[in-house]
Amino acid sequence: MSEQVSQKPKAQLDAEFSELYRAHLRDVYSYAYYRVGDHHDAEDLTEQTFLQAYRHFERAQRESHGRPLRPWLIRIAHNLAANLYRDRSRKPALPIDETSTLAALHTTEQLVEGRDELSRVLDGVRLLPDDRREALIMRFALGMDNREIARALGRSDGATKVLIHRAIRQLHELVGDRDVANGRVSGQPRGGAVEPDAGGGQDE
Amino acid sequence: MSEAAANFEGLLREALAPVEPPEDLVERLESTLTSITELAVDELEAWELSAMRDPRNWARPAAAVVVGSAAAGALVILRARRRAQASSSDLGASGWSSLNRSAERAIRDLGRGTRRVLGDR
Repeated sequence: MSEQVSQKPKAQLDAEFSELYRAHLRDVYSYAYYRVGDHHDAEDLTEQTFLQAYRHFERAQRESHGRPLRPWLIRIAHNLAANLYRDRSRKPALPIDETSTLAALHTTEQLVEGRDELSRVLDGVRLLPDDRREALIMRFALGMDNREIARALGRSDGATKVLIHRAIRQLHELVGDRDVANGRVSGQPRGGAVEPDAGGGQDE
Repeated sequence: MSEAAANFEGLLREALAPVEPPEDLVERLESTLTSITELAVDELEAWELSAMRDPRNWARPAAAVVVGSAAAGALVILRARRRAQASSSDLGASGWSSLNRSAERAIRDLGRGTRRVLGDR
């Protein structure tokens, strides 16, 4: 009975879905692009994300209790990306020496071109374990706060805070190590020793 | 937060700048979403022909026509708004005539989209 009362007309749902689509198309595409590292896969992932979101929109609205739906959208993209790589049985990130392929595909990379420092940061992001990379994409590319990221990743707020902290620290280490390997001197202090579990494993 | 950490986070924010979706993806997605609502209307038509003989079913198609029209209207508005946004970026160059053309196009889009749903009824 109460479910009957809470049901919205389809026209209203469609209009609200259009709003959601307009508000978050760039977020979903940005997430997809940095997650899969390929322009074409990112387009497919974005399209599939919105189709799946459309299918389950009413239930998501009911269960969100008024909270923003962006984490739900990103979670759909996250699950679809995981399926994509499971189906293809390949590693999501491009090998570090293939970054020129990525640079040829995207304007952001073109902007980064010539900014060696930013390129090295991107290279480092690609080397991070999946969960840490995703947390950084959500934080820095999408501007999500800890609570939103926690909802998207299905973790507690505390665990998410730790995840992001470790991700940044590991990335700082990676960028620093590459500087040393390349004979560069980093202009910034190193982030300190990485914890033993932070070397590549997924965070709990 | 130390200055070094803040600098590094700033660098990270710059490296992971948001990415604008390509225009062809936007077109394709909007067309797909519009098709989904139209598909619902087409399915309704097929169902309607067989079910209309039974008066107990009369309420449903009437309600669905209203819902389907409004849904397609919402997505047509979505396309029209985007087109208007694109045109408004040219406002400085071509002035109010561009804005007028964009408004006319938006109204035409809305009329065409609504006719497509209601045309045969």
